[in-house]
Amino acid sequence: MERTVRIDHNVIVRLIPEGSSVLDLGCGDGSLLKKLKDEKGIQGKGIEISEIGVKQCISKGLTVLQGDIDEGLRDYPDKSFDYVVLNQTLQVVKKPDLVLSEMLRVGKRGIVGFPNFAYWKIRLYLLFEGRMPKTRFLPYEWYNTPNIHLCSVKDFEIYCAEHGISIERRIYISTERGGRILRGVMPNLFAENAIYVIRKNG
Amino acid sequence: MKTMAGSVGIVEKKFFTFAEPPNELVLESGEKLGPITLAYETYGELNEDRSNAILILHALSGDSHAAGFYSKNDKKPGWWDNVIGPGKAFDTDKYFIICSNVIGGCQGSTGPSSINPKTGKPYALSFPVITIGDMVNAQTHLIDYLGIEKLFAVAGGSMGGMQALQWAVAYPDRVHVSIPIATTAKLSPQGIAFNEVGRVAIMMDPNFNGGNYYGGEIPRRGLALARMIGHITYLSDESMHEKFGRALRGKERPSFRFDVDFEVESYLHYKGDTFVERFDANSYLYITKAIDYFDLSYGTGSLVETFRDVKSSFLIISFKSDWLYPPYQAKEIVKALMVNGKDVTYCEIDSKYGHDAFLLDEGEMSVVIKNFLEHHARRLGILKD
Repeated sequence: MERTVRIDHNVIVRLIPEGSSVLDLGCGDGSLLKKLKDEKGIQGKGIEISEIGVKQCISKGLTVLQGDIDEGLRDYPDKSFDYVVLNQTLQVVKKPDLVLSEMLRVGKRGIVGFPNFAYWKIRLYLLFEGRMPKTRFLPYEWYNTPNIHLCSVKDFEIYCAEHGISIERRIYISTERGGRILRGVMPNLFAENAIYVIRKNG
Repeated sequence: MKTMAGSVGIVEKKFFTFAEPPNELVLESGEKLGPITLAYETYGELNEDRSNAILILHALSGDSHAAGFYSKNDKKPGWWDNVIGPGKAFDTDKYFIICSNVIGGCQGSTGPSSINPKTGKPYALSFPVITIGDMVNAQTHLIDYLGIEKLFAVAGGSMGGMQALQWAVAYPDRVHVSIPIATTAKLSPQGIAFNEVGRVAIMMDPNFNGGNYYGGEIPRRGLALARMIGHITYLSDESMHEKFGRALRGKERPSFRFDVDFEVESYLHYKGDTFVERFDANSYLYITKAIDYFDLSYGTGSLVETFRDVKSSFLIISFKSDWLYPPYQAKEIVKALMVNGKDVTYCEIDSKYGHDAFLLDEGEMSVVIKNFLEHHARRLGILKD
């Protein structure tokens, strides 16, 4: 998991231009924001629900607000950030649709990263084990998982098409062989993790 | 005194007098006050370019004695000694810490118990009504006197937090960092209600005598009652369960009389009785009134508008179990700053100790403040890497 998360972060850092303004939703311990600040000189802010995460962000010198993104971002004006990042967070929020529409209102662009639930190993796990899938990315038991809104690459693309969201970039990641970016076919089967750059149409 | 480690050690209360007539301080009410004396203490060393000063702002019953001890035999350190000292959150090895008693107070600064030079008698209720803004305006004179153009930080809890906000709003060019803790941009009607009950308790005391009790019997019972009420609002349901439960005080069975039976009753009586020994009833009236009047959106119409020109970075801290200054009030400040695109960090600490949590910190708040200050001190070149 460690290594893959770092690949996520590297991908996101590459996607964001120098000096952008960035809001990281569910920023956790702030490691992505810190990397963006150090490597891309971004103007960054984070929102994090846990007190532990907030404290870790403060110790990294980051600007962070303790809050619940499920309550929306209504106090942020439209297009107040160049990028709003939602990495490994979509699947844990109560209202993914609200969070996605709010992030694309507040940000000029959104970057969404999530584990692909249609990854072949997950499919096989369910098929042969007959149990809720567990992977490096989804290590929890069915009864204690924070992941309440898992989706597949296909689900996400259909959602975007149906909600007037255009996808500008798609990056698929596999943790196989030490972690790499997938280039090729059938991402819904082979991607373990997906990162999208999205924008609201119009 | 137990130990000197982590302590600022022996400290001294100092006095600074300004606003000598005819240059009195013009108060928000329009009245004039002068001369004004401020009692203050400092800990640590002011650096060469005078950039490392932090002003600590006290709450209702606080004073200038924020840290350290007055003598070798002094058992009780200053009121925020757990966060001020070498290696602590407000690190006296790095920063120059200042704390002054507010005007209207009774611990050395000019207040209703001070002698009015015009009459030779205590001001009592002829003392003008003061506001949080007036307290801060008075503090700027002390900061000038100490030769500090711009404070690195202002910080305080409760009424101290109100002053920290007021500093950032009224003097945007004189504060780099503001740390308002367990506070609000305007006191809630619930807060005003509790303050008013406390004031009525004082004024109903037979010894109150229109505030002219100096030299005679003081309104002891009224002030003690006000403090007892106050203490209830500083605790939480959970902390009262933990601290007292339903334990009886020094007895096996209830007395079946109206004596003190429960530990919690005994605690409140003790807090009331000891408070009377150190606090002036008239100061209690004036300071609670200043707290009631505090409303940062007064004059601008909205908090968003109030914060338009602030330049400080903010660290706002609230405590989950604080029902006197609940987290939603801190969030209102956060939102208004955010809408203005200001640099604000917000932390809601999961403490069970109610409003008192800011004084009883078990390290959670300390760490947050310490890291926040160090980051900004490095950003501003006050600390070198």
